[in-house]
Amino acid sequence: MSGTKTPPQRNRIAVDVGGTFTDVVLLQDQTQYSAKILTSADAPERAVLQGIGDVLQQAGLNFAAIDLLILGTTLATNALIERKGARTALITTRGFRDLVEIGQEDRFAQYDVFLQKPQPLVPRHWRFTLDERIDAQGQIRIALDEAQVSALAQQLREQQIDSVAIGFLQSFVNPEHEQRVAALLRAQLPEVTFSLSSEVCPEIREYERLSTVCANAYVQPLVAGYLTRLQQQLTQRGLRVRPFLMTSGGGITSLETGIAEPVRLVESGPAGGAILASNIARQLELENVLSFDMGGTTAKICFIDRYQPQISRSFEFGRVHRHQKGSGLPIRIPVIDLVEIGAGGGSIARIDNLGRLQVGPDSAGSSPGPVSYNLGGELVTITDANAHLGLLDPAAFAGGKVELNVARAAAALTEQVGQPLGLDKDNAALAVTEIIAENMANAARVHASESGKQVDAYTLVAFGGAAPLHAVRLATRLGIQRVVIPHAAGVGSALGFLWAPVAYQAVHSFYQRLDHLDIAAVSDLLTTLSDQVRQLVQQADPAAPVTLQRSVYLRYAGQGHEVAVDLPEGELDQEAVAALHQRFTLLYRQLYGRSLDHVAVEAISWTVTASTPAPAIAPPQTAPAVSGTPDRATREVYSAQQRKRIAVPVLARQQLVTGENYSGPLLITEPETTTWVEESFSAQRTAAGHLLLQRNTQQGEKP
Amino acid sequence: MSQDIIQHQVIWNRLIAVVEEQAQALIRTAFGTATREAGDLSAGVFLPDGRMVAQAVTGTPGHVNSMAESVKHFLRAFPLETLQPGDVLVTNDPWKGTGHLYDITMVTPVFYHNQPVALFASTLHVVDIGGLGPGPDGHQIFHEGLFLPIIKLIHAGELDNTVLAIVKANVREPEQVEGDFLALVACNDVGARRLLTLLEEFALPDLQAVGEFILARSRQGMLDAVARWPQGSWSAEMWVDGYDEPLLLQARLTISPQGIHVDFAGSAGFVAKGINVVKAYTDAYTSFGIRCLIGADIPNNAGSLGVISIDAPEGSILNAPYPAAVTSRHIIGQMLPDVVFNCLRQARPGEVPAEGASCLWNIQLSGGHVLPGYDASSFLRQPRFSITSFSTGGTGARPQLDGLSTTSFPSGVRNVSLEILESISPVVFWRKEYRTDSGGAGAQRGGLGQVIELSHGQDMPMELGAAWDRIHFPARGAEGGQHGAPGRVSLSTGETLSGKGRQIIPPGSHLIVETPGGGGLGDARQRDPVRLQHDLKNQLISHEAAVRHYHHNKTE
Repeated sequence: MSGTKTPPQRNRIAVDVGGTFTDVVLLQDQTQYSAKILTSADAPERAVLQGIGDVLQQAGLNFAAIDLLILGTTLATNALIERKGARTALITTRGFRDLVEIGQEDRFAQYDVFLQKPQPLVPRHWRFTLDERIDAQGQIRIALDEAQVSALAQQLREQQIDSVAIGFLQSFVNPEHEQRVAALLRAQLPEVTFSLSSEVCPEIREYERLSTVCANAYVQPLVAGYLTRLQQQLTQRGLRVRPFLMTSGGGITSLETGIAEPVRLVESGPAGGAILASNIARQLELENVLSFDMGGTTAKICFIDRYQPQISRSFEFGRVHRHQKGSGLPIRIPVIDLVEIGAGGGSIARIDNLGRLQVGPDSAGSSPGPVSYNLGGELVTITDANAHLGLLDPAAFAGGKVELNVARAAAALTEQVGQPLGLDKDNAALAVTEIIAENMANAARVHASESGKQVDAYTLVAFGGAAPLHAVRLATRLGIQRVVIPHAAGVGSALGFLWAPVAYQAVHSFYQRLDHLDIAAVSDLLTTLSDQVRQLVQQADPAAPVTLQRSVYLRYAGQGHEVAVDLPEGELDQEAVAALHQRFTLLYRQLYGRSLDHVAVEAISWTVTASTPAPAIAPPQTAPAVSGTPDRATREVYSAQQRKRIAVPVLARQQLVTGENYSGPLLITEPETTTWVEESFSAQRTAAGHLLLQRNTQQGEKP
Repeated sequence: MSQDIIQHQVIWNRLIAVVEEQAQALIRTAFGTATREAGDLSAGVFLPDGRMVAQAVTGTPGHVNSMAESVKHFLRAFPLETLQPGDVLVTNDPWKGTGHLYDITMVTPVFYHNQPVALFASTLHVVDIGGLGPGPDGHQIFHEGLFLPIIKLIHAGELDNTVLAIVKANVREPEQVEGDFLALVACNDVGARRLLTLLEEFALPDLQAVGEFILARSRQGMLDAVARWPQGSWSAEMWVDGYDEPLLLQARLTISPQGIHVDFAGSAGFVAKGINVVKAYTDAYTSFGIRCLIGADIPNNAGSLGVISIDAPEGSILNAPYPAAVTSRHIIGQMLPDVVFNCLRQARPGEVPAEGASCLWNIQLSGGHVLPGYDASSFLRQPRFSITSFSTGGTGARPQLDGLSTTSFPSGVRNVSLEILESISPVVFWRKEYRTDSGGAGAQRGGLGQVIELSHGQDMPMELGAAWDRIHFPARGAEGGQHGAPGRVSLSTGETLSGKGRQIIPPGSHLIVETPGGGGLGDARQRDPVRLQHDLKNQLISHEAAVRHYHHNKTE
């Protein structure tokens, strides 16, 4: 993939506004500058401007020198999770006031009679209804009563509503009533922002659509205010270019689109990590990559096939029970399909009522943190186990910011894990790391089988503070042969933004049976969607060539889960429909091992994605390897294979000579992390500065 | 030794992941809303002697230990030594499976180095099984559809097409039912493949040692959980609507150091309608009720389930004999956790929820087929459809917490999108919202039921299949709390419909279904004023109800 048609952009900046830190990275050609600044939650633009100023100063540049600026923000996510959005009302069809609260009528935990469900963003007293009804065919059954709309405007004013979500039943088939209500209310309430379900999420399934439009309305005033202020201040400082925004789907988009559909900006940080991994896959020409990002509280995995991260159509936010599917509120947007596991350095180990060792999902975080931090943490964590096993240098953890007290970790391991299980402290520590590796491997296996993938055919790309320590253990359990520890993974997400293409995906539900498909109507729909996405992408980047990718969600009649199938290129005709049917059959067989040739196939939703080529940016250069024979330090490590302490060589990452083979056991250190190369693997440094770990073929298989 | 301890724990986690994957494979390929949306399925792995070591946590408790027991029936019909690699067994015998003909159970033995090491079993609810169709209208099992005894469906990898042809000739949706049969076969294969990888990876000859470890730990964990409750015996009774006349459910629950025993002596006899419950299904919902309060975090397997024993007199509605009709056995089965709660509340007052709507209020509609009282030929011109809208009432109030409004309990069903239902049928929905004042008043309020209103969008007649309860006997409040509102079924013309059986919705009429609310807990006058105010502001209770039940005296 090349971006030769794009003019050269010398100075590229990416900003990832996280919950705690704002990461800024500047690439000046291949030289990298970065800054990490505490996020200014009250006015996030402050930290953004400060961070940009910081990296510019490091490089001796000013704002006018910026050729590309990409922003990611967790502002929308945090507003949703912390319930700090606008005073939001929902207007819906008379008789259906509670759909957004009734949800799916289920319980997310079968045996928990004391569970509490997540509360909808809009409380019942701000959910209003109007007489109107459009049916599944788009016919008006009850006409809109416009007099009621005027009366409603008065109520919204009295309640000091800032933002309104409008969501009527079947509005994705016929948006007329939603549009009319918005027009009437906009005229009377010019200060209020409006989100229409037929625009934000024109998809079938009322609960998800209503939940999505409520989320959009809820964060819109906040996000719009922030982005507008930020742009003004950037322009004042001399910025020449229009900033871009990172979306949850892994593409970048314009500021205008971000303001209209802020709900598409949630989870943009993790998306950056997946894009980083896909870019490394491209550099190393690895067609199948499993990205593995593990930090202090969670681990995230994502399948990347042919350099494309897997995309999902829905996301859940604000889970009442961490990591418990169904305990949050749904939003339907294109989102990079990351599986989040409660497994990070701070994950707590404990013995449950059955005498079983459980690790995570709760985390000691950074405060009080693991026992070994000596900051008041009493509960034993993964970091404590790794410290006791000898994998971490107590004096150099997290760039030397925290000194680890290994003796405390050992005592806590003995008391909290070893004694209840009848294990010595070495094996107690090993049990903790084995269980967490197994948990992550199980999550990867289930995700692989849900997606019809063979996980052992993948290369693991591991980044984030804790991943390089656990990568080989995870790979071994998954039968994976190769692991890549990328260069410069410390600012992974922000760096990933710089490789993202400009992209926008539109989806529209339109129910059709393939055996009597209305070709004209579907063609019209595809044309409309194509025009819409092309325009949005060109608005962001008028010069770049635009690629369109069309797909449809298909299933056998009577099923409830759809499979995305790419549409054949060119005009839709009988032949193309036959080819589509064939593609679905093949894909279904690949996923589930068989097809059902006598059952009719039905289409639920149609999508078109427009994108520009991903920018071709050479990776940042690293310092050349230190020549000469380095001093080979060693550390005592408890080996899982040999069940005893062995002397393991320790090398600083920059000491490795490109192309040379280093066999495990081996510890490779760098300021932010340590890579643990177990006996069954060996390591190489690639020309681009990545670490490539490969399983030794002659080694016996051993978990 | 230390290696074994760590390894056993790791393998236990892995086995749970294996059966979860088996269940996921089934959910993604199954037909029919019951399996897919309601999670009306189960998946598990068993030792060669038929003891279950791990089961996926799926949407409905109805399969909890009914499937656990069913594998033993399979092994009696086909001893393991007579089976070979590639064999797959099947049944829908309600008395040897999970309680009605709709549930197909498939069992696949797994061989490793030519030795049987495990069996995988899975169950799902098929779209159709012939007979009268869904609902409690049958008088005998013969009215209720095709009955498959325990038979071999696949012989050493060869599918028995004769069996499949018989099945397909007896059901209304042959392709979908065939798809479901094959989905069961495939999901067991997924489990088997993963198990073989596991044995290979950990260099184990079989599952025996780790299986015994899991069962012993689980049994001990469950005994420990039981020991935290006081010992003794407590009785409770509950009246339910029944089909033609009210029925009494009676239970005596005993907690001893050996475990928990529940005896349903004194409960009503079985009836000539399809609301009878087979013993395995009684066991399933009874033990589920117990496990909600005692040992909720312990995985289901033969070890943990073995700590609970249940008796129900042969010939009672909770142990209906062959050939009783059993299709809608969930109506009464789903009441059993409430009966269990009513016993346990006496053991530990203040720690147990009140009664809820409990029985699902699924709206089953069909049209386009011949209906009595209408011109038969005109139906050929009408759209043919059959839909189920999974619907629920409110759950009982809980210690410190209100009941959950319109939430399934004890079943774990998910509803189906109204827009999806409207796109695949001519039905139009006019209302689906909370039913004000339906939650039983109390210091903790019962969950609200809902009102659902719908009609045939083309003004044609259609048929309703009702299978509902708590119309005559509402969910009772506890510890001073008040009853939830009873359910109600009517037409827009004012006519009241029955809660059970097939009835016709005439052209132009709207069906109005009001689902029951949950019972309250504690004296309503003790309700936190902030929560009372919240309920008023959100119109979950009316001002009149606030004055009447909560002695609210502020006017707004």
